[in-house]
Amino acid sequence: MKEIVVISGKGGTGKTSITASFAYLEGENIVVADCDVDAADMHLLLQPDFKIAKDFYSGELAVIDQDACIYCGECKTVCRFDAIPVENGIYTVDPISCEGCGYCSRVCPVDAITNIDLLVGEYYISTIKTKATMVHARLGIAADNSGKLVAQVKNSAREVAEKEKKELIIVDGSPGIGCPVVSSLTGAHYVVLVAEPSLSGLHDLKRVNELVKIFKIGVGCIINKSDINPGITEDIKTFLKDEDITFISSLPYDESFTESMTNGKVIVENGNENIKEILKNSWEKIKELTNNKSE
Amino acid sequence: MKIAIASGKGGTGKTTLATNLSAFLSESEKVVLADLDVEEPNSGLFLKGDLVLEEVRYKMIPKWNEDTCTLSGKCREVCNFNAIVQLGPRILVLPELCHSCYACSELCPSSSLPMTPQRMGVLKEYKINDNLTFVESRLDIGQEQAVPLIMQTNDFIDLNFDNTTIKLFDSPPGASCPVIEVTKDVDKVILITEPTPFGLHDLIIIVETMRELKKDFGVVINRYGVGNDDVIDYCNREGIDIIAKISNDRHIAELYSGGDLIYDKVPAVRDELERVKSYIFSEGEGM
Repeated sequence: MKEIVVISGKGGTGKTSITASFAYLEGENIVVADCDVDAADMHLLLQPDFKIAKDFYSGELAVIDQDACIYCGECKTVCRFDAIPVENGIYTVDPISCEGCGYCSRVCPVDAITNIDLLVGEYYISTIKTKATMVHARLGIAADNSGKLVAQVKNSAREVAEKEKKELIIVDGSPGIGCPVVSSLTGAHYVVLVAEPSLSGLHDLKRVNELVKIFKIGVGCIINKSDINPGITEDIKTFLKDEDITFISSLPYDESFTESMTNGKVIVENGNENIKEILKNSWEKIKELTNNKSE
Repeated sequence: MKIAIASGKGGTGKTTLATNLSAFLSESEKVVLADLDVEEPNSGLFLKGDLVLEEVRYKMIPKWNEDTCTLSGKCREVCNFNAIVQLGPRILVLPELCHSCYACSELCPSSSLPMTPQRMGVLKEYKINDNLTFVESRLDIGQEQAVPLIMQTNDFIDLNFDNTTIKLFDSPPGASCPVIEVTKDVDKVILITEPTPFGLHDLIIIVETMRELKKDFGVVINRYGVGNDDVIDYCNREGIDIIAKISNDRHIAELYSGGDLIYDKVPAVRDELERVKSYIFSEGEGM
């Protein structure tokens, strides 16, 4: 079983539209995982049925039993997160600031503080319009621990792939370089970077590539909207060469990306033939590279 | 006054709005823009100025002292983040899992886990013009937690800029912990989105998050003209103020791609920033 992860560093480069296209092209023979749990959008293109929904608990929240509290202030003293405000002598926990470290409950002399498990989101195992299985999630409002939810989505996708005897998992990763991205990359066999030719795009590509290097996995790059700035597109290609990253393809700036999305379609469903062709070839190339690099 | 610019979905124009707005406001006000997208900070690509300060930033991590350790097991027992592992007679601290809560360090019976600074990134301050300061924090590659660096940058801004300065924060994308850290203490939040299904979907999440945080917020629609009217319908239905609309324009995308500011080249964008300015100075209605 091979895992292909699509990431971008910068947001808005077309990562999700491209990932959904690959998922669509592969039909039933793939498991899809949307690991961009902060802004999970792939379901808008692939129309999962939300068949199985599961609660996801992660982390803890301190709760003070006001009847037992003796107002000693020990909890507030040890809290490093300013999460225990005092009003009129009453100690409470600010759930937004509480990190769930549990330190306060350990020092409370009268055991007035307990930690409750936090429901931070839901994840789903669905069938999408290609009849493939997709694992996706929704992080709760103002919830923490998106990195752990990503790990849960990936683990479920692996279990599904094993059960259904699928050889490939495609993962839509999150932007940035922090814990959700690290979770997305863990265990991957090949990474596809989706870049755009802007100074920001190049800057973010370089940073996320530094992170990918730590994982020592094969990596290729698709340049989207390449004609927006041909000069920077060339700079990106030079960078790819210097870094030994495979240049997979470049796609022109095309409003049909937005049009397809607006119609709830994957771009290879109704986009123009040129884009369709480039994406088809890109996907074939990525599969080949995944099999070569990870042997 | 503190204003955050956030978006839910990435690539909707946060940085474009933050940099153009800060430059525009600095024509008449004292402004500091802090790029708190510490994982991928790129406001600095659009604002050129003199570097006035550069500081390495540290977070506190326990460091095992094997000479004094009695292997009581207390550290592992109290760590809620599984950041402490015992391998035979050795204690291993996993810095990427540590939240710097100090519990293991202060509860260790033999004081064998003193907290020590570990580098997490760099903070830089630039003077862009007489009225505009730019502060950027940049997380080191391999550091997974953005929140501690955002927290320190917030403190830096509080300490160094008084109330006569407008403080603008360029937020990371998404709606989880880093975004909450950026927005929780601000006076107003400007949400920027695009009028597409992705834009709407992620807007709803960030709107619900802002309501949970009880923030005053308004929406700027970028790339106006693409997609459909669902974002506008949603805002109207929910009674959310649409502050400004920036038209979809390939010319803007091209200027942006080269690291140029836009408001001084596209008059229509300047007009929209004028509206954003009015929103910033309007009396908060609360949400």
